[in-house]
Amino acid sequence: MQLKSIIEKYGRSSENLIHILLEYQSEKESNHISEDEVRRVADELNVSQSRVYSIITFYSLFSTTPRGKYVIQVCGDVPCYVNGSVDVLRELENILGISPGETTQDRLFTVERTSCIGCCDIAPAMRIGEELYGNLTPEMIAKTISLYRRKYNEDKE
Amino acid sequence: MKTKSELTKSILTARCGKIDPASIDDYIKAGGYKALKKALKMTQMDIVEEVRASKLRGRGGAGFPSGAKMEAVLNTEETPKYLVCNADEGEPGNFKDKYLMENDPYQLIEGMTIAAYAMGMVKGFIYIRGEYNRPIDLVSMALKKAGEKGFIGKNILGSDFSFDVEVRSGAGAYICGEEFALIESLEGKAGRPRNKPPYPTISGIYNKPTLINNVETFSNLPYILNEGAEKFAAVGTESSTGTRLVSLSGNVNNKGVFEVPFGVSVREIIDVLGEGVSGGREIKMVQIGGASGPCLPDSMLDIHMDYDVFARNSLSMGAGAVIVIDERFDVLEIVRQIMKFFKHESCGKCTPCREGNRQLLRILYKFISFTATRQDLALLESLCSVMVQTSFCGLGQAAPTALLSTLKYFREEYTSRIVEEMNA
Amino acid sequence: MVDITINGKQMTVPRGITILKAAKMAGIDIPTLCYHPDQFVKANCRVCIVEVEGDKSLPSSCSHEVRDGMVIHTNSRRVLEARKVILELLLANHDADCLTCHRNLNCELQKIANQAGVRVNRFENVLEKLPVDFSSPSIVRNSNKCVKCGRCVDICREVQGLNIVEKIGRSGDIEVMPTFGKYLSDVACVGCGQCSTVCPVAAIYEKEEIEEVWEAINDPEKHVIVQTAPAVRVSIGEEFGMEPGSVATGQLVSSLRRLGFDKVFDTDFTADLTIIEEGNELLKRMKTGGVLPMLTSCSPGWINFIEQYYPDLLPHVSSCKSPQQMFGALAKTYYAEKAGIAPENIFCVSIMPCTAKKFEAGRSEMRVDGQHRDVDAVLTTRELGRMLKQAGIDFTQLEDEEYDDPFGITTGAAVIFGASGGVMEAALRTVYEVVTGKPLLRLNFHTIRGLGGIKEAEVDLDGTIVKVAVAHSLSNAREMMERIRAGKAEYQFIEVMCCPGGCIGGGGQPYHTTDDIRMKRIVSTYQVDEELPLRKSHENPAVKRLYSEYLVEPLGEKSHHLLHTHYVNRKK
Repeated sequence: MQLKSIIEKYGRSSENLIHILLEYQSEKESNHISEDEVRRVADELNVSQSRVYSIITFYSLFSTTPRGKYVIQVCGDVPCYVNGSVDVLRELENILGISPGETTQDRLFTVERTSCIGCCDIAPAMRIGEELYGNLTPEMIAKTISLYRRKYNEDKE
Repeated sequence: MKTKSELTKSILTARCGKIDPASIDDYIKAGGYKALKKALKMTQMDIVEEVRASKLRGRGGAGFPSGAKMEAVLNTEETPKYLVCNADEGEPGNFKDKYLMENDPYQLIEGMTIAAYAMGMVKGFIYIRGEYNRPIDLVSMALKKAGEKGFIGKNILGSDFSFDVEVRSGAGAYICGEEFALIESLEGKAGRPRNKPPYPTISGIYNKPTLINNVETFSNLPYILNEGAEKFAAVGTESSTGTRLVSLSGNVNNKGVFEVPFGVSVREIIDVLGEGVSGGREIKMVQIGGASGPCLPDSMLDIHMDYDVFARNSLSMGAGAVIVIDERFDVLEIVRQIMKFFKHESCGKCTPCREGNRQLLRILYKFISFTATRQDLALLESLCSVMVQTSFCGLGQAAPTALLSTLKYFREEYTSRIVEEMNA
Repeated sequence: MVDITINGKQMTVPRGITILKAAKMAGIDIPTLCYHPDQFVKANCRVCIVEVEGDKSLPSSCSHEVRDGMVIHTNSRRVLEARKVILELLLANHDADCLTCHRNLNCELQKIANQAGVRVNRFENVLEKLPVDFSSPSIVRNSNKCVKCGRCVDICREVQGLNIVEKIGRSGDIEVMPTFGKYLSDVACVGCGQCSTVCPVAAIYEKEEIEEVWEAINDPEKHVIVQTAPAVRVSIGEEFGMEPGSVATGQLVSSLRRLGFDKVFDTDFTADLTIIEEGNELLKRMKTGGVLPMLTSCSPGWINFIEQYYPDLLPHVSSCKSPQQMFGALAKTYYAEKAGIAPENIFCVSIMPCTAKKFEAGRSEMRVDGQHRDVDAVLTTRELGRMLKQAGIDFTQLEDEEYDDPFGITTGAAVIFGASGGVMEAALRTVYEVVTGKPLLRLNFHTIRGLGGIKEAEVDLDGTIVKVAVAHSLSNAREMMERIRAGKAEYQFIEVMCCPGGCIGGGGQPYHTTDDIRMKRIVSTYQVDEELPLRKSHENPAVKRLYSEYLVEPLGEKSHHLLHTHYVNRKK
């Protein structure tokens, strides 16, 4: 969706900056908001660039640098930690070859450590895009990654 | 030993898992919206009185008497007034609000509508954390359906009362669970808290009187209106009426959300409802409330879930989470994970929290790496004390709670790693 | 009124005041850092904490009101120990090279740390050094000193309406900086320096040119002349402990001579000149249907603003250079000829209340010979103060001296340039007499004086009504630009000053400028005007001589070449 239509969808007010920016970011394969986009949003909503930039650097769901198409957020807080979140990260590193904060060469996956996502009852858990995955075992993690790879290839065709 | 049914009560969770959460017809068939119809025939003061008499306390963590809060806003002259539901639920270990929104969203909406009617509000917001995509979708859809049936929006159920609710989402910031940070976020800014006083009930969103309550708090209102304050107050204890939604997690066999009447002990929750520690292991410690809560040793687990009992022990129940940590884990490593959380989530506004959290981690690491001195122990205690006393908001004030509780109940974990003691 | 007890002393204080103010009334100065009397209370530094009986926490005194029966302790052991910890925490994320720091002996953090008795830092230094931003000719930004008080963010966002710097990031990573951490020269900063006037430490300060000036003064080849802005004479005294608003014109002149300047001149001279040129320009536009409303052009922060934010409205701006630049142009031509000195050997320095003047002096348009700067260096009032201290000159002990000819004669109209509304009033004093041919009886236009945001007045020029407006601080300037764009600005002439209160509130003015102090400087400015023998620009005999000897006529060819300029669309 064009920026203008996203703004119309939520309402042309600076109050809706967070929603607008979240959707704007999710439309991009690189899952980030660039300098140019900060300027565009600021101009459209008649706010300072600093205001927009302060929002995308304050809230964890935003990134100012390019990320993968699928951002994998792994929870590391105590309920997940005592249920093996460290193993989840290790498994992801085995499969994807990246550590938290990094993106795969093919720009498909980024792994991030996140704060608690409210999935403590299915710990250890992770969030990919808007989907939540819990009770993770190495097999499940591998299966999930393959699923996303397949989905990406299917969407391409 | 008590049974599961003796330890649970279905006030809030009566419909959970039994109806299609998206279906308003299911909700109505299961008794939904009876309370709202009843409320619309009462006066505002009568509704507030009912809530007062129920002795309902805020379920977000602060435990402030809900009736008193409502009365304060009702009596404020300035308009317009706003209603805000805090569905940010960022406190690690808590997932009960998610549970309520995913399983019975109409109950929350009805509760909010009753509250709005009681205090004369025309606009409300539900602030749901950005990671809760399914609750955002479900609640948004429920609002739409409720509007179509006249349960919300203009002239509700044919009355003069109009009330509209907007769902807004966060974008990944635990601090936005703090009421003023939440308001700043609603206004489209970075979520840094404002000075208190004045409190939101006087000057909240757009500097207008605002009542903010947790999902669970609002969700209790339909029952209170339907069954009456007396019946509600008969559940639980003298100081803590009604039920508590407990998010049980960590190293237990049966993790999940349990609705318990106040007065149930932590041990009963773990052994009966949680079906015991996974792998049959011993408990190292249990954290109550969330990351900002105290860590209790096994010897203290008979403590009752009750505001007064906890207060007498200088403890806080927080949002009601029970996180079980078994013997495999090192106390200091757990504390480190907790402190990493606070370091990441501090908003950065005030000196003690912004600088203190990262300094706490540094000092803690010295203990973990067996390079700490006696001065480090004194510094740790000093810094925690300053953070508790001088931080701008609840985040910084509560961040040292877990650490301080381990200093109290697991002191030897620290002292045994002091260099001089080791070499003695 | 409420009854409280502070440190054992009982007192009755007005209801609703803060603990901080109540303590002050009891003669107790609770230390503060992020607090600023002109800004919304922030309460983020947590330095001003006190103990209140019955409260387990230590509340911040700047943000808590007194209550009846409150018992306060401002220096209990609990408070003093907590304050030490907080200061140590701040210093653990600070580049504490005090001995070589810009704010050594003049730093609010240093003062509080000393006062609190901090002798050791128990915390490890965690500062991750960022490069210092030297990109702007006006201001320098050093994040390594920042205490995250947010005062600069507040003044840039609320008063100037620009929001160039902002609190970016979260937790310990928080930094105060422009978008994407860019250099000041890469964002639409106007160099007004308001941020530097409120910074408690050396995180933002003016770009120094003191060394360049010393070099010129000590160069036997150079003839070094200095011009002083109207606002400086009522402010420089503060650098030496004199009361705000003290008029120290005579001492200013003698201090500059003691520094070694060859000639000491007054920018007020070219301020009068500006009025003649600009007044005639206005009348011409009004007669020939030129672009109206006309906007004044002597405030470089304001010019930077309109060039970067409203370039479409540039035709409204007067083509007159600022008095600083008119002076520089004349110095390298008229004066060079008169004094028989080659212009390349003349080094022209200006003492300004302003940091944007540093940018203005470097503009490529401000070189009459196309090559060399007309104004070679600009020193702010603060820099002059430092330079005088460096030279060991005791300002308060100096005798009064007079400016040098031919640029020493001024009028009251020139002096009031330093206050918001001053340029407008000066212009009206001249325009009235030129149009009506009658002497102006009432010289003081009170409706356009003072700290009100946008001020308006109507002047009856013998039947022709001229509507004028005065705006100061850029948020008001923006409001005015929006009105013009919307066609709702029915004025003929608008004075715009970048800084709150006008130049007396400039970015280079002595520290701890508050609205209170601005008013004092404004009052003194108008008093100086009242006491001067000449109060109208067109009565200045030196200006008259300049026209008869050199310029020939206002808006003439010579004027056009030396005293007028054009502007550039610099929208970023």
